[in-house]
Amino acid sequence: MTNSETKKDINLTLKVWRQKGPDVKGKLETYQAKNISTDMSFLEMIDVVNEDLILEGKDPIAFDHDCREGICGMCGCVVDGRAHGPEQGTTLCQLHMRHFSNNDVVVVEPWRSRAFKVIKDLVVDRSPLDKLIQAGGFISANVGGAPDANAIPIPHDTAELSMDAAACIGCGACVASCPNASAMLFVGAKISQLALLPQGKPEAAKRAISMVKTMDELGFGNCTNEAECEADCPKEISITNIARLNREFLKAGLFSTVAK
Amino acid sequence: MPLDAKIPDGPLAEKWEKHRFELKLVNPANKRKYNIIVVGTGLAGGSAAATLAELGYNVKIFCIQDSPRRAHSIAAQGGINAAKNYQNDGDSIWRLFYDTVKGGDFRSREANVYRLAQVSNNIIDQCVAQGVPFARDYGGLLANRSFGGAQVSRTFYARGQTGQQLLLGAYSALSRQIAAKKVEMFTRRDMLDLVLVDGHAKGIIVRNLVTGDIESHAADAVVLATGGYGNAFNLSTNAMSSNVTAAYSAYKKGAYFANPCFTQIHPTCIPVHGDYQSKLTLMSESLRNDGRVWVPKDPKDKRSPGQIPESERDYYLENKYPSFGNLVPRDVASRNAKDQCDMGKGVGETGLAVYLDFEDAIKRDGKDVIEKKYGNLFQMYEKIIDSNPYETPMMIYPAVHYTMGGLWVDYDLMSNLPGLFVLGEANFSDHGANRLGASALMQGLADGYFVIPYTIGGYLVGEGSDKKISIDHPAFKEASEKVKTGIKKLLSIGGKRTVDDFHRELGGILWEYCGMARNDEGLKKAGTMISELRGEFWENVSVSGSGREFNQSLEKAGRVADFLEFGELMVRDAFSRKESCGGHFNEGHQTEENEAKRDDENFSHVAAWEFTGVDSEPALHKEELVFENVELTQRSYK
Ligand SMILES: Cc1cc2nc3c(=O)[nH]c(=O)nc-3n(C[C@H](O)[C@H](O)[C@H](O)COP(=O)(O)OP(=O)(O)OC[C@H]3O[C@@H](n4cnc5c(N)ncnc54)[C@H](O)[C@@H]3O)c2cc1C
Ligand code: FES
Repeated sequence: MTNSETKKDINLTLKVWRQKGPDVKGKLETYQAKNISTDMSFLEMIDVVNEDLILEGKDPIAFDHDCREGICGMCGCVVDGRAHGPEQGTTLCQLHMRHFSNNDVVVVEPWRSRAFKVIKDLVVDRSPLDKLIQAGGFISANVGGAPDANAIPIPHDTAELSMDAAACIGCGACVASCPNASAMLFVGAKISQLALLPQGKPEAAKRAISMVKTMDELGFGNCTNEAECEADCPKEISITNIARLNREFLKAGLFSTVAK
Repeated sequence: MPLDAKIPDGPLAEKWEKHRFELKLVNPANKRKYNIIVVGTGLAGGSAAATLAELGYNVKIFCIQDSPRRAHSIAAQGGINAAKNYQNDGDSIWRLFYDTVKGGDFRSREANVYRLAQVSNNIIDQCVAQGVPFARDYGGLLANRSFGGAQVSRTFYARGQTGQQLLLGAYSALSRQIAAKKVEMFTRRDMLDLVLVDGHAKGIIVRNLVTGDIESHAADAVVLATGGYGNAFNLSTNAMSSNVTAAYSAYKKGAYFANPCFTQIHPTCIPVHGDYQSKLTLMSESLRNDGRVWVPKDPKDKRSPGQIPESERDYYLENKYPSFGNLVPRDVASRNAKDQCDMGKGVGETGLAVYLDFEDAIKRDGKDVIEKKYGNLFQMYEKIIDSNPYETPMMIYPAVHYTMGGLWVDYDLMSNLPGLFVLGEANFSDHGANRLGASALMQGLADGYFVIPYTIGGYLVGEGSDKKISIDHPAFKEASEKVKTGIKKLLSIGGKRTVDDFHRELGGILWEYCGMARNDEGLKKAGTMISELRGEFWENVSVSGSGREFNQSLEKAGRVADFLEFGELMVRDAFSRKESCGGHFNEGHQTEENEAKRDDENFSHVAAWEFTGVDSEPALHKEELVFENVELTQRSYK
């Protein structure tokens, strides 16, 4: 229960990465976040700091956010060295200040990865993730020709597994937390979702080859089984999806006529 | 001038078929000669752009977020309706049609709603073909749940993330067309104006949110799918960037805005808990299938919920509406929660909450079953409120959620401005005065996958055929100059109040006077207050930075500036509708049992407003609603 005894305000010192633009050097700047209610979300805490900055005529901290309920994948920064902060399975917008203590010093930095350029402050360019999906993260089914939805029964457990993988919100935390800046978890999740379903099988080989190739081209690194991605994924997408990706990729190479 | 919706004649069930046959076709080889602008990548815009590109059109698509996958549709939880009747429980196209018209309190257009019910089944087929992992039964067939306001199980779902999965489906189809170079994607763009040439919509002006550049884009037709305006209230379940700016810029260029006062207040949201709060979180209404709503019988009873015995609880929905119980439509559930709190029976710290209790469901089905159905929602609740709903009843309160009003469109989904089409939540067309749960996703995808691909062709080879325009046309220069001037003005004020501060105040006014219950006096007052607030905004707002950079403060300022003008229109519309219907509850018009009392004789119409100037009264146009197939009744859920 939230009750008045546990409710309190806290004060924090923030060290926030400020960078005017992609080609400008950035640095950590210090701000005081005062009288922060522990019921606030991390982003609401930044809102409060920003309102003060605006009234002081200063440039507010730029950060991406939209749904603020953990589903759009728009938010995300590295907080004290962890993508989306200290709480397991939680996006930054769903991280509440009750997980911090009075007088904590909190370091806030953007996703750092070769593949993601900083746009401003905590905002980065994640368009390479879209390019990965464009490389094959779909089933080619034009509108108009679909058979009845119940024509192909799909075992309940298969559908659930597919859904587990489909839950990825595309925030990029996996890339940011990986020492190699690999996008294997992101790609593995999409490959798995579609490869598990009968509808996704016809294009499975082509999809695996094309997405993996594009991943290399876009400057994402290789997977060396560090499992940091799984640990920081706000949707707790499992690295078994990477294993499935590897299997699909191997299968595609062995049995398919698709050029690599 | 009466508005003509151009509803095809003939029997209801044959109208769409007949109309599709009569619409002129665009020769396949000619489709590539047409350029179409789609603004918005939600279910409506994403599905429209993908489908138009599959047909061969060249599409340019725009969104605010950094990726089309992040449109606000992603947040929809509960599900999507279709008249498949897979559960053999008596559903049909007719029943879905009837429920939607009745649920909307007889303020929607029969022909549109019937078409929606007809194509609903194709949507599910299409989504499954794309790989949307809908929930399935153990036999492998698709599962359904029942959803607020319906007595059949017609809602398809993917855990509590249906919107996400449907949007990712549309996004994948869109991505495929981007890869095929049939769609050009423009992310991080804010549409700030619509460009008209000889009265036809021929392009848009957008601000590049990264560089600050003001860009012009021309096309043969413009499709707006920019979502709803619930954020006029500041606190709502909508995403932070949801706005009215795109639609409002079209309104200012002459597109009529229909029924702006029809807003939906959703009954099951996490209650407000502080001034700093930036948004409200919805708890899917599917929870009402298993949760029971109650408050203590005695307003003075401040015990914790577990200590209040069964006999001292008031399960007010079950008591008042025995046949629908906890599943009454949203407007009814919300208003009843407000009434209970107004009587002092509200719970929690603020007294503005009621309980939603799963104890019986857990006893009946076991914790595992409940966890399977609602696990992610329970988890989300616990994260925010720090209380475990498996053990302590949830606390919920109504919050602004959806807007039935929107730009006026005819049967082809074209506004009164030729060449301007409006899809999804941004139009007004299908939900009347109240939307049923799981019907917005259905409408967005119906509009995008199955309606616009046909109807846009009719315009392109019909009245729009000989009007090729490029961005060199003076209309583009004029519009972009106007946009630049507006931005300069915002940046030059240098006042003492933040944009958020103005937004909070506007939201407070609208919630108080134009929310769940309205009355003439309050609405009048709200009109004056908003106009004064708008005056202050333009003198005292503080917007930092410059226009030539990534500047979120400026983005937000533009949106709030439009909400301030639009708020007045909402209030005016509410004031002029002297009846109660659906989400519009005017206290002066209620039945003896405090239910909404319609005035079919005088208000069975769509109120479509025409802009005449910022400080002058808009002109009202009416589209009379004709009911040939359903009988208008007093809605009863008892
Ligand atoms: C929390 C929540 C849960 C919901 N659950 C359900 C449910 O279970 N079932 C159901 O049927 N409905 C549900 N709804 C309603 C439903 O999600 C929405 O009505 C629907 O998704 C709207 O889709 P859309 O395509 O019209 O607009 P949106 O998804 O809102 O997309 C709008 C698009 O327009 C773009 N845009 C907006 N303004 C501009 C501009 N000025 N310039 C450029 N681009 C712009 C945005 O970037 C975005 O891409 C829910 C809504 C909420 C808030
Ligand atoms: S803002 Fe949408 S996931 Fe955090």
